[in-house]
Amino acid sequence: MTVTASGRSPGRIGRSLPRGERVRRLAEASRLIRRQNLAMVRSAGLGHIGGDFSATDIVVTLLLAVLDIDPTDPAYPERDRFVLSKGHSSGVLYATLASCGFFDPDLLGDYMKPMSPLGGHPDRTKVPGVEANTGPLGHGLPIAVGMAIAGTLDGSARRTFCLVGDGELQEGSNWEALLAGSHHGLEHLTVVVDRNGLQQGAPTEETSRLEPLADKARAFGWGVAETDGHDHGALLDLFEQLPAEPGKPTFVIAHTHKGHPVSFMRDRAEWHHRVPSPDEVATALRELS
Amino acid sequence: MTAADPAPALYDCRDAYAATIEEIAAADERVVVVCSDSVGSSKLVGFKRRFPERLVNVGIAEQAMVGIAAGLANGGKLPFVSAASCFLTARGLEQLKVDLAYTNANVTVCGMSPGVAYGELGPTHHSIEDIAWLRAIDNLVILVPADPLETAQALRAAAGHEGPVFVRVSRMAVPAVHEPGYEFRIGRASRLTEGRDVTVIANGTMVSRALEAARLLAADGIAARVLAMPTVRPLDLDEVAAAVEETGAIVTVEEHSVRGGLGGAVAEAVVAMRPVPVRILGFPGFAPTGSASWLLSRFRLTGEGVREAALDVLARKQP
Repeated sequence: MTVTASGRSPGRIGRSLPRGERVRRLAEASRLIRRQNLAMVRSAGLGHIGGDFSATDIVVTLLLAVLDIDPTDPAYPERDRFVLSKGHSSGVLYATLASCGFFDPDLLGDYMKPMSPLGGHPDRTKVPGVEANTGPLGHGLPIAVGMAIAGTLDGSARRTFCLVGDGELQEGSNWEALLAGSHHGLEHLTVVVDRNGLQQGAPTEETSRLEPLADKARAFGWGVAETDGHDHGALLDLFEQLPAEPGKPTFVIAHTHKGHPVSFMRDRAEWHHRVPSPDEVATALRELS
Repeated sequence: MTAADPAPALYDCRDAYAATIEEIAAADERVVVVCSDSVGSSKLVGFKRRFPERLVNVGIAEQAMVGIAAGLANGGKLPFVSAASCFLTARGLEQLKVDLAYTNANVTVCGMSPGVAYGELGPTHHSIEDIAWLRAIDNLVILVPADPLETAQALRAAAGHEGPVFVRVSRMAVPAVHEPGYEFRIGRASRLTEGRDVTVIANGTMVSRALEAARLLAADGIAARVLAMPTVRPLDLDEVAAAVEETGAIVTVEEHSVRGGLGGAVAEAVVAMRPVPVRILGFPGFAPTGSASWLLSRFRLTGEGVREAALDVLARKQP
C-alpha cells in the first residue's frame, strides 16, 4: 500500500503572517503533533518517543514554516529537501507530514501496523514527503550533501536540511560528508544536530565524546550556529538567516531534551524507546494540553 | 585457431567504460560521475577534461560516495558511481543496500578492476566477494559484461533502467567475444556456441576461456554449449532451464569466489528445477600474491581447467 497525497492541509505557517503569530501557531502545532505521536506509539506498542520529542520543534518549524514544499506536488524538482537522518524518529516525521497535508492524518493510527506504509523507519517509495529511506545511522548527511551538489549544478538556490541525532555523529560516514560539504562550499545545505546529549543507553559524553562539537564543525569548514532546539522563535529566526557564514554549509547545534517537555520523560535515556503505559499517556497528554 | 591466425587483440574494458560514459554524458546533461579519488584508476581523465563540473570526486570516502550519489539522484541527476570494486562494495555495502536499492535510486554503480585484477596487491585488493554480497540485496540489477562491446551496451542499458544497477568493469585484458551485431539486454543470456552434451555458463573475463574450453572439448568429440550470462540478477532462468533439460550437465566459471556468485545463482536455480551435476569454478578462498593471469592459471580458471570440469560433470551426468 502506498499513501496518496491528501488535500486536507491545515495550512502552512508562512511569512505573510506576523512573526509572533507564526511562533504561536508553531507552538500549537508542536503540541498537537506530540499528542498524535504519543497515540501512535501507544497504539503501535513500539517507537522512539524520547527522540521524537527532542526533535519535534525542529521538524515542525522546518516543515510547517521554513521549507518550500508542496503537499499537492511532493516531487516538484525545485522543492527544498528535508532529510531525517535519525530515521527512528519516523513518528514525528509522519505526524508533521500529515499536518502539512501530505496524507490523511487518520493514517497515523496505522503506524507500524502490518503492511502499513508508515513503518518504523521512513520509506520514500511509500510515503509522500519522505525524501530518503533512513534508519541505519550516518546515512542522511551524505545523501543531503548529494542533494545540495545537485542544486549547485542546477544553479538553484533550493535548500537542503538534514536532521541528525547527536549520538549518530559517532558514525564515520558523517565526517566524510562534513569534509565533502565544506569542500564543495554548499551554502544552501544546513545540518541540524538534535543535541539532546543522550544516545540509546547513556549520555554521548560518557559513550564516545563529541565535545567540543562546535569546534569540530568549524575545523571541518562549516559555519556554526547554536540555538535552543525547543524555542520556535529562535529556530525560525535562525533558519531564515542562513547561511551562518557565506560560502559555507551551516552546522546548527540545537540544544534539546530527550522526551521534552513531558516531566517524567525529559532527559531520561530509558525513554529512547520505552512505550508509555496508559496512565503515563494520560499524564503526558495532560501536560501537553 | 590455427598457427597462422594472429593473436587476438586484447582490451581493457575500462577504455570502453570511459568512452561510453563520455558519450552518455554528452547526450544527457543529467549525467554526473561520482568517484573516490579514482579518476585515474577509473580512466576518467577524459571525462574530467570534458565535463569538469560533472565529476564529483568525494575523496577516499566510499560510504559518503554512495550516499552522495543517492542525493544527486534525488536532485534529478543520473549518477554513475565509479571506484575500485573491492572498496566500493565492501565499504559502501550498507549504502548500496539502503540508499540505492531499498530507496530505488536511479544510480549506476560501476565496480572497477574487480576479481583478482589487482593480483599482486593481495586479498585486500581482490574483489572476489562483491557479487555474492550484492546478490543478496533486493532490487539491484547485477551486470558482469565480458568484453568492450558488452561493457558499453551494459552501461547504456543501466542508464536507461529505472532503479539501481551494478556493472562490474573488468581491467584484465580480454579478447572480444561478441560479434559486432550483438545486442545486450538486461536479464538475457546468449549462446556463443551450440551444444547438447554439456553447458558452460560464464561471464566477465571468463567467457573467452569458456570458449577456449569448448574448442578443446570439440577435439574430444564433445559438443559444449557456451552460455554467456552477463546478468547475474535477474538470472535468465529460461536459458538455465534449457541447459538443464537439453544438456543435463553444467559448469559455471567466473572471476569470483565459488561461494555466492554466478555459480551460486545457477545452482540455486538448478536445484529448484531438475537437479543435474553442476561444477562451480572460481576462487576457493583468499588468493595468494601473483599477477591476475598467474592466479587464473593457478586456480585452473583456464580453457583446460574448464574442460576438465566439463569432463567431470559429463561423467556424473544421468544417462
